Amino acid sequence: MASKAVYLHRDPMLKKRDDFEDILEERRRSSDLRYALRCYTPLLYKGLTPFRADELKTMVLQSDQLQYVINQVSKQTSVTADEVEAEAAAILEEMAHHLQISTIRFFAFVLSKVFKTLFRSVCVNEEGVQRLQQAIQEHPVVLLPSHRSYMDFLLMSYILYTYDLPLPVIAAGMDFMGMKIVGEMLRMSGAFFIRRSFGGDKLYWAVFSEYVRVMVKIGFAPVEFFLEGTRSRTAKSLTPKLGLLNIVMEPFLKGELFDVSLVPVSISYERVLEEVLYARELLGVPKPKESTSGLFKARKVLSEDYGSIHVYFGQPVSVRSLAEGRVNRSQFNLMPRHIPRKPGEEVQSFVNDSAYRLVRAQEENMVLKPWVLLAVLLLQDQAAGDGRGTSLDELTERAVWLRDLCRQFGAFLHWPDHMIPSQVVSSSLSLHRGLVRISEGRVQLALDQGAEARRPLGAATPEEELLNRAVIVLSCASYRNQALHVFIRPALLASAIQTASSNQKQDVYNSFSFLRNMFSNEFILSPGAAVQDFEEACYLLVKSGALQINQQEVLVTETGQKTLTFLTSSLDPFLQGYQMVCRFLCEEASEGLTEKRFVPAIRKFIVQHLLTGRLRHAEVLSSDLQKNALAALLRLGAVRKLRGRGEEQLEVNKVMVNSLEDTLGGNLPTQKAVVARL
Amino acid sequence: MASNSSDRQRVAQHRLRIITGHLQRPADGDADIQAAECKAQETKPNVASSEGRTMPRRRQEIMKWNGWGYSDSKFLYNKKGQAEFTGKRYKLSGLIIPALKDWMEGTFGASLQHKTPATPILNTSAVQPPTLNEAFVDEIKSTGIPFSHDPEDRVFRAHGHCLHEIFALREGKIGRVPDMVIWPSCHNDVVKIVELACKHNVCLIPFGGGTSVSSALECPPEETRTIVSLDTSQMNRILWIDEKNLTAHVEAGIIGQDLERLLNESGYCTGHEPDSMEFSSLGGWVATRASGMKKNIYGNIEDLVVHVKMVTPRGVIEKGCQGPRMSTGPDIHHFIMGSEGTLGVVTEVTMKIRPIPEYQKYGSVVFPNFEQGVACLREVARQRCAPASIRLMDNEQFQFGHALKPQVSSIFTSFLDGLKKFYITKFKGFDSNRLCVATLLFEGDREKVLQHEKQVYDIAAKFGGLAAGEDNGQRGYMLTFVIAYLRDLGMDYYVIGESFETSVPWDRVLDICRNVKARIVRECKDKGVQFPPLSTCRVTQTYDAGACVYFYFAFNYRGLSDPVHVYEQVEHAAREEILANGGSLSHHHGVGKLRKEWMRETVSDVGLGMIKSVKDYVDPNNIFGNRNLL
Repeated sequence: MASKAVYLHRDPMLKKRDDFEDILEERRRSSDLRYALRCYTPLLYKGLTPFRADELKTMVLQSDQLQYVINQVSKQTSVTADEVEAEAAAILEEMAHHLQISTIRFFAFVLSKVFKTLFRSVCVNEEGVQRLQQAIQEHPVVLLPSHRSYMDFLLMSYILYTYDLPLPVIAAGMDFMGMKIVGEMLRMSGAFFIRRSFGGDKLYWAVFSEYVRVMVKIGFAPVEFFLEGTRSRTAKSLTPKLGLLNIVMEPFLKGELFDVSLVPVSISYERVLEEVLYARELLGVPKPKESTSGLFKARKVLSEDYGSIHVYFGQPVSVRSLAEGRVNRSQFNLMPRHIPRKPGEEVQSFVNDSAYRLVRAQEENMVLKPWVLLAVLLLQDQAAGDGRGTSLDELTERAVWLRDLCRQFGAFLHWPDHMIPSQVVSSSLSLHRGLVRISEGRVQLALDQGAEARRPLGAATPEEELLNRAVIVLSCASYRNQALHVFIRPALLASAIQTASSNQKQDVYNSFSFLRNMFSNEFILSPGAAVQDFEEACYLLVKSGALQINQQEVLVTETGQKTLTFLTSSLDPFLQGYQMVCRFLCEEASEGLTEKRFVPAIRKFIVQHLLTGRLRHAEVLSSDLQKNALAALLRLGAVRKLRGRGEEQLEVNKVMVNSLEDTLGGNLPTQKAVVARL
Repeated sequence: MASNSSDRQRVAQHRLRIITGHLQRPADGDADIQAAECKAQETKPNVASSEGRTMPRRRQEIMKWNGWGYSDSKFLYNKKGQAEFTGKRYKLSGLIIPALKDWMEGTFGASLQHKTPATPILNTSAVQPPTLNEAFVDEIKSTGIPFSHDPEDRVFRAHGHCLHEIFALREGKIGRVPDMVIWPSCHNDVVKIVELACKHNVCLIPFGGGTSVSSALECPPEETRTIVSLDTSQMNRILWIDEKNLTAHVEAGIIGQDLERLLNESGYCTGHEPDSMEFSSLGGWVATRASGMKKNIYGNIEDLVVHVKMVTPRGVIEKGCQGPRMSTGPDIHHFIMGSEGTLGVVTEVTMKIRPIPEYQKYGSVVFPNFEQGVACLREVARQRCAPASIRLMDNEQFQFGHALKPQVSSIFTSFLDGLKKFYITKFKGFDSNRLCVATLLFEGDREKVLQHEKQVYDIAAKFGGLAAGEDNGQRGYMLTFVIAYLRDLGMDYYVIGESFETSVPWDRVLDICRNVKARIVRECKDKGVQFPPLSTCRVTQTYDAGACVYFYFAFNYRGLSDPVHVYEQVEHAAREEILANGGSLSHHHGVGKLRKEWMRETVSDVGLGMIKSVKDYVDPNNIFGNRNLL
């Protein structure tokens, strides 16, 4: 319960959210050129002494921190300090941004054109922008947008330019650098590039962290990075990466800054540009390397309608208030602050909890479109159904029911209340006509349509057909996933009630905590917050009338059964998926299985099960789910990595994996399972 | 720095006059008190000393009972609405300070319309009647040592000068006060008193100058025994001066100004000048590990003390020789220094003395910003060439100092001021809202001072510093003498505040200044303070490995129902911030009861245990029961 301060229990219905303004509206009415060339005078951080980009580099290279590491590396490798410094300078050169207003103006012009073609609207909460403006003047700011598309950071800079705010410097993956001209353009628009992995490279880490730290410390510009580390292919938030967050918090923790404001930003797309790409990637069709020519090929996307984008600038979070009572800052008093030190346990758990809290803040302000609810229902029907689809009327009725449930759970749902529900449903379906088929008033996923579209030539093997269907299912699932954060805690509780050995509160809690633990690589479930999550779930389900809870017992009400069934079936694909992974590891895992070969091997295994009809959920094919499951098993110690010659091998503890599978399937009461207490 | 040498001499003499002016004995003689001849006199002091004592037994006759300093000296707004400083004691006395009103209104949003006058006279009926241990009183009577249970005497010794203490007095609220005040006049008197206190289980609280700002003098409200305030003010003689070894043996009750004046008569000084030296006592300095403004030349109290005698319930503790340094296990002086009256009473001290310096010179340097100023001080410390005193005030404090400029008599001076300002802000491009000032005091041989001065100004120039004249320097030091008087003025107009200090490694100086100041502002806002507070600091001492930083903090409390509580919360938060940023719990104010809660993290469990075990051995019955430190 260490993180009690982080999760305050509050009524989700009371969440107040700002209104949106469409920034494209203005663009459709006035000249883009004039807009791109207009006077741009942002209000800057009050403590800022202005620096040029090259002065910044000198500052980084001369900093005590970096000099210390340079000397250390020089001693260890017996290379002269000057040479190491030259190496550091080269790393910095490769990394550093070169923010230029002219490039921004160019992008402002081009993006205006592109956005107007692609999107109906780009909506921004202006109150959030005002809060941000205030925050920028007060303290150094770190922008933390959600990451669903390549568009994200261009969009962010575009919005900040539009509102006359200082342009951010953005941590971007090195893969962009491969795109020759575009890479340089991005650099000039404020991106700085970091290698995806630099595990043991002390010097690289030192240069990189000092570069970011210096920018935060002097308040050079808002620093922007993605907590999730990479684009989420599934539209579920990814478990946060802590490296950069650690770096930007450090100046506060070490007393070099009075405070740092962290601003979570939620960017929700009605349709992601990369929709189908993601699905294929998850199914094992490799991701094309980013290249400039590839980008041009992708311009056919320009001809489609991608609906609207909602960008919500959340409440700035003060690192100082986050750390209040959590971190004893005097731990840094007894050593010079420039000597790099691994953050202690207290700091690590603090950064981790903060990261989860911030990702949850992103999730909470993600706008959900009606279509998301339809995707939830259609996927459930598809898995359970007979292939005949659902009638429009029934779908509408259930969508309205789900809408109300969502609202009770505090979702940020954009349901046009001025339209009649059937209209809402049909217009939503029409925007996503690539994914659904409507015939004779019955709606279902367009599973075969996908096959036609993508494989025009010849008959496909059953396996290929299956994969094509899976593309549609996974695309659809990426919409459903947008809503999962609303349901996840109640859904875990619903499943726990189903599998618990009794309706004693303690038993239900044990089951809940087991499931929560199992799925904490899959969903944003802050480590150590099991009790709070349980209470939150109970609170929501009691409030919606599905449960009654007294001192000892958890009781399902008569009307609550429907809600609970709905919730358990939304968790079903994941339950089944994890069971499949367990089964695979017990039955098929051979000696010498490596992490690399795990995904192709299990994919084959699952395809077999799907083809024979033993498994209904095609989305289990998602490599994301498989990897998360493996990560969970590794975390729980049911699978271990063995350091052998060459690659690390996976050693499976079959008894444990087997028992986990049984528990997941509800065949074993949790409290008897050894693993439940892991 | 273009003054010629005769000018300098004139200024030097002027400075000496000021110091003597500060320290002049009050006009109203106190012959009746001088009668207290020490009965237990063994050796005749070889230095005339009973002449010219400043501190009478009835201190309230010359000092305020509910504010700082002499009754005749205070700030007030005259009928024209101008600030003036009354009395004749100080350089500022009798002068109009035209800018103060605007500064107070501008900084605090204070207004002359909103007054909060203090209760003028102590209502003695509000004072708890004394609970007296009759047996103890009888035996004391038989020793002939003077004592009193007059309410005024007792109330005067029940407090130091923390904000909450003075605030309560101004409102006429009196808490637990000593039941009796006793005035020993020599070491042997103290030995007797302590013996009797042990015999009758009476609580003793030593009282020196009464300038504590750590709640050290507050009587523990839970104390049920008779509390006796042991006022050392009558033990105020210089017993001998040893010119061969340059030491003086002094009774510990002597107050700073008397000590300095009497030594000056013989051509010597200690050079120990804490800001409170007008009133604070030698014994108090030892008991709290005091620090003086000129420690760069003379050292802090621990460097000045050669020998200490302290009376404890176990007996008298002292070293057996006056060797300048010893390797004889842990230095027992360090049990005594900083013991804050918890172990016994310091009665006699041998301390180093120096010939009066030939020459003194003030100076000041303006820096474009605080960062540059700190970098300069750091460099001065690195080169170990700090003048007698070097202090760096931040912008707010610089402006504060400016507001205290007395009315200038000639148009020419004000024209010169205008010209200086123009030169610095327009010609040199200093931002008047960012620039800051270092004040300097050089002391020593004339030649060396001038050489030293050049060295320091050369370093300052490297950090963009501009020499800004002696006047600015001198005014900076004056500020520290009158600041406590100014607080009383503030309190007349809804403004409360206080200072606190810390010491911190060099690399953290800027961070701690920024963060603590910002924390104060934020906490005030959070706690509902309606006006922006004054939150300012100065780097006030330099050391090889760090610096001492002094914060002033004050705010206008109109609209708050419990201003003292808010004040305490903010001060508490500021102290937490100091500790989080690598600052110490205290540089020289001490711990008292105000900062006790942080002792454990400051000295570790074992450290606290060590202190405790010393207390348990020396004073098992807690006779010295002021409950400071532990």
